[in-house]
Formats: sequence, structure tokens, C-alpha cells
Amino acid sequence: MSLLDLQRDMRAWLVDEDAVAANRLGGGDVAAGLRIHLNNFRAQLTACLEESFAQTRAWIGGDAFHHAVVTHVERVHPGSWTLDAYSRDFPATLKLLYPADPEIAELAWIEQALAEAFAGPDTEALTAAELHDVDWDNAVLRFTPTLDLTELTTNAPAIWSALAQGAEPPAVAMLSENGAILAWRDGEMPRFRAIDQIEHQALLRLRASLPFGGLCAGLVELLGEEAGVARAGAMLGQWLADALITSLGSGTRRNAPEQPLPPAQDA
Amino acid sequence: MIAPFSGFGLGLRKPHYAEFLETRVAVDFVEVISENFMVEGGRPRRILREVRERYPVALHGVSMSLGSADGLDGAYLARLRALVDEVDPLFVSDHLSWSRIEGFNSHDLLPLPYTNAALDLVCANLDRAQDAMGRAMLIENPSTYIDFAPADMTEWEFLDRLCARTGCGLLLDVNNVFVSASNHGFDPLAYLDGIPHVRVRQIHLAGHSQGSELLIDTHDQPVPAPVWELYAHVLPRLGSVATMIERDDAIPPLHELLAELGTARHIAAGGVRAAA
Repeated sequence: MSLLDLQRDMRAWLVDEDAVAANRLGGGDVAAGLRIHLNNFRAQLTACLEESFAQTRAWIGGDAFHHAVVTHVERVHPGSWTLDAYSRDFPATLKLLYPADPEIAELAWIEQALAEAFAGPDTEALTAAELHDVDWDNAVLRFTPTLDLTELTTNAPAIWSALAQGAEPPAVAMLSENGAILAWRDGEMPRFRAIDQIEHQALLRLRASLPFGGLCAGLVELLGEEAGVARAGAMLGQWLADALITSLGSGTRRNAPEQPLPPAQDA
Repeated sequence: MIAPFSGFGLGLRKPHYAEFLETRVAVDFVEVISENFMVEGGRPRRILREVRERYPVALHGVSMSLGSADGLDGAYLARLRALVDEVDPLFVSDHLSWSRIEGFNSHDLLPLPYTNAALDLVCANLDRAQDAMGRAMLIENPSTYIDFAPADMTEWEFLDRLCARTGCGLLLDVNNVFVSASNHGFDPLAYLDGIPHVRVRQIHLAGHSQGSELLIDTHDQPVPAPVWELYAHVLPRLGSVATMIERDDAIPPLHELLAELGTARHIAAGGVRAAA
């Protein structure tokens, strides 16, 4: 047997408990060793998910979490050199398993995003004091590479925070209107914050190099002159306070985003 | 040739970060798991920088997969090289094993058949790895639970030829020798006498557990008496080496590991090991 065939058979044993492959590897002579490696393989993946999603596990309970882990191990085979990558698809597995309980996958997204931000690239955040003579119309905001965003439908952030503090979590509740959540790292501290659709769309477009003037124009069109400018300024101030902006570039001002911003929830 | 380093160290583990950074721990070096620090930034990289300012560091990898039949992962090598350049480690090591094949990664140190074809493959992979690192590496003997037949040579003969062909050094894990010898029924002294002593630059000492059928390399126990005896047997045959206690699970307070390291120092000084 070639080394490549041997390694393919070992993979078949680990992934599918393939008895034919096990026989080719040596049958009874290697059975005890194969069982140890199968246990090692499953134990590594299980430990990775249990360590990565402690609050999700606390929310759904050990039995349900174990079922999700077994499903994930069957559904997703590890490919990266780092086990950290194995947890990336776990929120998607939870979404498949619990379509009627979206807070479960959202809790897992928070945990995964915080973990990714924890070891993401180091950057220096811009401070308000560093902003001199900025051509805001054409300024392109560069955000920390640890920033991640996703849509949010439940009060998962409040549930996660309570669980992380060892407090009684609130009952699950659907948001009156879908929002979003962002996660990033501020210094060495991973953070997250729930946001509305206006801020979500603003961040998506600014990250796609829309100049700040273009964002302002879109908000003015959506909210009116005074409220639109005020909202743009408030978001900019919050992003600076959150250490989300790392630098300013210059781009070509566009009068409005390619697609209109969503209706304001509280305008 | 890899420059020798004589001393006694510990593996750097999370429960002990603060003591290593806030006090002067009585070690000559620390070993870190390379992959734990092959991240882009944040606290892990800051911790490693600060540890490196205080102690010599050895980088020990678990994911190079030197025995992969479809070759090495170039992105992994590039990321490890960046870490090597930043840390300037005493040693860069990984295992005589494989974990990855055709996009699948087992995250386990899987055994190789000790055949001429496997030796050719591992030599080619290790040549590439050493070129990528810009330095010679140390290769660790694994604990094995499967003895693939037929074999063209013993594990220690495989390591001897690997060293001769690639210029690599050895990280001798004495516990792994004991575990594999017990599992496969060979004489551990024959193994220790058969390896190329001049190539050994580092030693791992660890504990193991009795599984239902085989000994398992769990690294969750103190170094047991038979492993200390093997260490005492092989040490006089070696040149300058770096000895360390390796504990990866059920990690005890640092003073317990330092006490074990004291036993290693005592044996190295020619003393007889006190009763466990």
C-alpha cells in the first residue's frame, strides 16, 4: 500500500469509521491503535467547540450542545492547520439545527467573532485629537481589520452578556425590527455592540470605500438635512470612541450610496 | 548543525503566564507551542514578546505534518517562518508524524510506516521545511499506537537516517520511547542506544496514562519512575542538551513542575533520583 493510500484509509477511518479501510490498515493488529486515534480525533474537535462556545452551551444545555457537536463533527471536517478555524462554521450548524431559535446561532456568532477579534491583527486606532483639516466629503474611513458584522434578529447580546457575568439571562425576545451586531477588538479587549440597520448599512458601505461625504448625502436624503448630518456625526463619534477607525484615506466623493439606506427606525 | 544549548526548561502554559511574566521563574528556557502564537496579533503575540524578553524560547510545533504524502502546507510554513523571525528561537521542532492529507486535518499526530518510501517522503518534506525556516529543525519521536507492517527499519533507524540525510537534529521524548516500547514490545534501551546521540539537542519528559489496551501519551501526569530511569540511562550518552518537563493537561501549580525539573537537574548532576 502506498503512503498516500494509507493516509486516505486513515482519514476514512477517522471520518466515517470505515471498517474496510481499517482492515486494509492492518485489521485486528491495529484495531486498538485505531480506536485511540478515533477517540483523539473526536475529543480534539469536541474540546475545541466546548471551549469556544461556553455561553452557547450554557444557554441550550449540555445534552443539546453535545448533539450539536456530534452533528457538526459529522457535517464539517477540519481542514486548517489550526483548530481555531474549526469553530467558524459552528454557528451555521446551529442555524440548521435550530431554525426556530435564532438566538442560538446568534449567541454562537458572538462567541466566534470575539475569539477571532481576540487574535486578529494589531492596529492603532485614530483618536479625535488626530483629526485636523480633514476633507470629510472625500474622506474614506479605514476600520480595524478585527471588525466583523452580521445581522441580528434577537436579544442575543443581552443573553450573552448575562451568561458571561454568571447572571440570570433574560428570556429570548425577537427584535421589533431586524438589526445587526458588530464585534471588534479595542486594545486587547474583544467587544461587541448591537446596532440598527442604518449603522449596519453605513458600516458595510464605508468598508466598501464609500467616502464619508457619500454617507452623509445618503443620510440627508433618508432623514432630512438636520437629522441626517446629526446621525452621521453621532456615528462617527461613536466609531472613534470605540477605537474602530484606524486611518483616513481619500476617495472620490459620491453624492449618494448606490442603494438607498434603509428607513430609519426612530426617525 | 544546530547549536547546542544546555539547560532546564518548562512548557509555557496559560495558567502560568503571570508567574513567567511577573517573577523570575527558575528555568533556563521555555518552550511554546508554535501554533498557539501563529496568530495575527492581540494578547497572545504580546505575551510571547514579553516572555521572549525574559527567557530563551524554543518553538515546538504540532501541525507541520512532515509525513503528509501530498506535501507540506506552504501557507503554514510562511506563517511559522514569520514567527521564527520574530522570536529567534533556540530550536524549531515538530514531530515524526502526519496529520493532514488532501485538505483534511486530523489534529492528531498520526503514525507513519517505517519504510524506505516513507523515509524518502519525510526527507523531501523536511528539506522543504528547513529551507522555508532558513535553519535546521529538531524532529521529535512520537508516541505510537500502531505498528504498520511490513517495515523496512525500526523507528530509531528511521530517525538516524533522517538526521543523516537532512541534517536535522532530534528532540528526544523519553516518555514517548517508553510508551511506544510498551505498546509494541520493543526494548526502550535498544531504542535509546540506537538513536544518533550527537544529534539530540532537546529532551522532553512527561507522563502517560494506561488506556484500556495500550499506554496513552496524555501529558497529564507527573514523570513516572520508568521514564526517569530511561532519562538517567540516556543522558550520559548525550552532549549538551535542553531538558524540559512537558505537561499539557491537568496542569499543576508551577512549583510542582519546578520540583520535577529539580529532579531532572539532580539526575543530570549525576545524582540518583529520589523515590517518587
